[in-house]
Amino acid sequence: MRIEALNGIAGRFLIALMALMAVGIGLAKADPVRGGTLNSTLWPEPPGLIIGINLNAPTLLPATKIFEGLLTYDFNLNPEPMLAKSWEVSKDGLIYTFHLRHNVKWHDGAPFTSKDVVFSLTKFIPEVHSRSRATFKRVQVTAPDDYTVVVTLKEPYGPLLRSFDAISAPIVPAHIYEGTNYRDNPANRHPIGTGPFKFDEWKPGQYIHLVRNDDYYIKGEPYLDDIYYRFIPDSASRALALESGQVQLATQNDLELVDVKRLNSNPSLKVTTKGWEWGSPISWLEMNIRRKPFDDVRFRKAVMYALDRNFIRDTIFFGFAKVATGPIHSSSPFYTDDVTKYAYDPAKAKALLDEMGLKPDADGVRVKIGLLGLPYGEMWDRLSQYIKQALGAVGVEVTLQPSDVAGWGNRIANWDVDMSTTYLTTLSDPALGVARTYLTDNQKKGVLFTNTSGYSNPEVDKLFAEAASLPDQDKRKALYDKAQKILTDQVALAWLVELQWPTVYSAKLKNVVINGLGPNGNFASAYFEK
Amino acid sequence: MRVAGFLLQWIVKALAVVLAITILNFFLLRLAPGDPAMVMAGEAGSADQTFLDQVRHEYGLDKPLPAQLAIYVEKVFTINLGESYRFHRPVAAMLLERLPATLLLTGTAYAFALILGPLLGALAAMRPRSLLDRAISVLSLFFYATPIFWIGLLLILLFSVRLGWLPPFGMHGFIPPDGLLAQALDTLQHLLLPAFTLGLFYIAVYIRLTRASMLETAGLEYVKTARAKGLPEWRVATAHILRTALLPIITFAGLQAGQLVGGALVVETVFAWPGIGRLAFDALFQRDYNLLLGVFLLSSLMVVFFNMLTDVVLRLADPRVGARA
Repeated sequence: MRIEALNGIAGRFLIALMALMAVGIGLAKADPVRGGTLNSTLWPEPPGLIIGINLNAPTLLPATKIFEGLLTYDFNLNPEPMLAKSWEVSKDGLIYTFHLRHNVKWHDGAPFTSKDVVFSLTKFIPEVHSRSRATFKRVQVTAPDDYTVVVTLKEPYGPLLRSFDAISAPIVPAHIYEGTNYRDNPANRHPIGTGPFKFDEWKPGQYIHLVRNDDYYIKGEPYLDDIYYRFIPDSASRALALESGQVQLATQNDLELVDVKRLNSNPSLKVTTKGWEWGSPISWLEMNIRRKPFDDVRFRKAVMYALDRNFIRDTIFFGFAKVATGPIHSSSPFYTDDVTKYAYDPAKAKALLDEMGLKPDADGVRVKIGLLGLPYGEMWDRLSQYIKQALGAVGVEVTLQPSDVAGWGNRIANWDVDMSTTYLTTLSDPALGVARTYLTDNQKKGVLFTNTSGYSNPEVDKLFAEAASLPDQDKRKALYDKAQKILTDQVALAWLVELQWPTVYSAKLKNVVINGLGPNGNFASAYFEK
Repeated sequence: MRVAGFLLQWIVKALAVVLAITILNFFLLRLAPGDPAMVMAGEAGSADQTFLDQVRHEYGLDKPLPAQLAIYVEKVFTINLGESYRFHRPVAAMLLERLPATLLLTGTAYAFALILGPLLGALAAMRPRSLLDRAISVLSLFFYATPIFWIGLLLILLFSVRLGWLPPFGMHGFIPPDGLLAQALDTLQHLLLPAFTLGLFYIAVYIRLTRASMLETAGLEYVKTARAKGLPEWRVATAHILRTALLPIITFAGLQAGQLVGGALVVETVFAWPGIGRLAFDALFQRDYNLLLGVFLLSSLMVVFFNMLTDVVLRLADPRVGARA
């Protein structure tokens, strides 16, 4: 009897539990709800909202809600439809045919057609887009009809299919820009795009306001009524705004990582490090190979052995990082970890320096060098201080050379530096974001983010050139694997960590990070749970 | 005739000072390494020679420095401050847009300090070394010596995060209320913390200045005479000591009034107050030369103007000033 009774209670309990779980599942699959205002931090105030004319992070975050590309990319960087509903690539990799959506309108009501795509890819981007013009100068673009676009290459170019997102190839309205001075066009202050949100107002010093595009081509989307990007200049104030619930989203460099650790334990907030696969930022220590002692590979290896990159990951970046093994980001399909690795080993570093003949003097100093640290705030200052300390421990005396962004950029671009720290987005394909740092013919004095270290290796140049020109992904990977091996063996740069930028958002906000573009996605499907 | 001569002399002096400041600032800014093109490339994580050339050409930065200066000075004298490199908007319009916010913040803090500071300073001076004097002195020293951003952050922590009484930043609520009165109240709510923070810093100076000046004046012979005449103490304090002791305070208040327009860089940054100080701070890091020069020019004009005004007020308060001149 007793057992039966217990069974009865247990049974009822089980049924109740299952019912609760069903409700829970029901909630998890709840339909997105229309309505609500998203407040996001944004800092610094961007110089403009036209992608291409400006490529700053604070330009991209709001502008990717207004402007769209033909494609977007999932977490593995595979293409997904956006303004193009489908596409085909010819077997020889020379002809890309895009089929455009039929029901797309510009925010001013004009219809979106292939004319806009041809204009954007052949005129607007080559003129203004410093990152993509080299890619689109390779192609011919034609429009057989209003809703088909054919992109033709003279020779295969592997990364082309990963170059059609809203950041690399924003589609702008031909009827507004054609025949005008693109940089001075009045529409730059009131952007007209095709995205799920329309520009409403820019209150200088305060906010950018976007409102729902009621004519968006996906029925029912977007769900949010509007988005405010609020300029909050102080990072402690930004964290407080998240905690007090006044803003529901902050990302990239908005927050000090020490604050993110605290926010992570707040039940009303969520933290994710996904969504930067497209950008794939890697930080590194660059050594000017044109100067002594950096021209000696033994010195560069010694630097690698002297730095404890686990410490950098855990203590300086508070765990929001992953140790980098080489030039290609581990989220890239072209990444290999079969490379020369440098575990922390100061004794090895000292032995290499001894072998070079750099003996310590009475004060234990073998050589004196300068370090120009990235002036992006305290975290980067601490990185510089750690490097000074770690290299000091093996007898390399480092003098820190503080600067601001303009001075930092100026010195690196003009090769007027011993060592410097930086991070760079390695982008969706090594041909777009990696090769630029190592190619011999990309040593361009006066231009930032070129091969400023002075590394030069004809074999690497050949591998990068060949890999860029092949359409076959496996063949490309084999070549990039080889390049990664050579570059790590020669320590072209001292790669430190892959940055995992946290996106902190309200637990009620759903669908914030849904693909490889993360917070730079268009937020059409983002919504607030009731 | 004397007034006209005085004015003319002042205007000539003022113009010379402003021109000198403009030229000096122009070269000082150019001394810093890097230019706006480099900043934009740095922030974008992307650059090529074409981009740098385009930006430099657009802003005239590819011209020789003396030519750039000549263009700028010519513009200034035709009351055209040029365009912001970063925002592609007229500098004058950007400054005007930010001016009300700055004046509201600095003006409120200034008025608060100007009323309370001399009052507290006088109170402290009337009973030197009393408990009240010590309390006022220690507090004023504390607020003067403590970094203002730290006080601001602590006030945010207490009043915004813990108590939830006041908004932590900005000048308006996210959803502006309907009606003028409600909007004014909303702005007032936002104004309280930053104005109080800034006021604490200003007030400390006035307390110290008034106290020191009053104590110094109280020791003068004519005050002894006044007391000897049998005047009541309050009359000695207000009519005899305070009036004379106010002279350095008027001078200081005048000098400070000129700086109010330049904004309060730190407080505006901590509280995300959309004023001129923050604009200048950002412009400096972005090497937005035109915008910075605009802020400097406006500030220097105001300092020169208020100096002149202070001179006039001092002449009224102390007839000896005019006689000496």
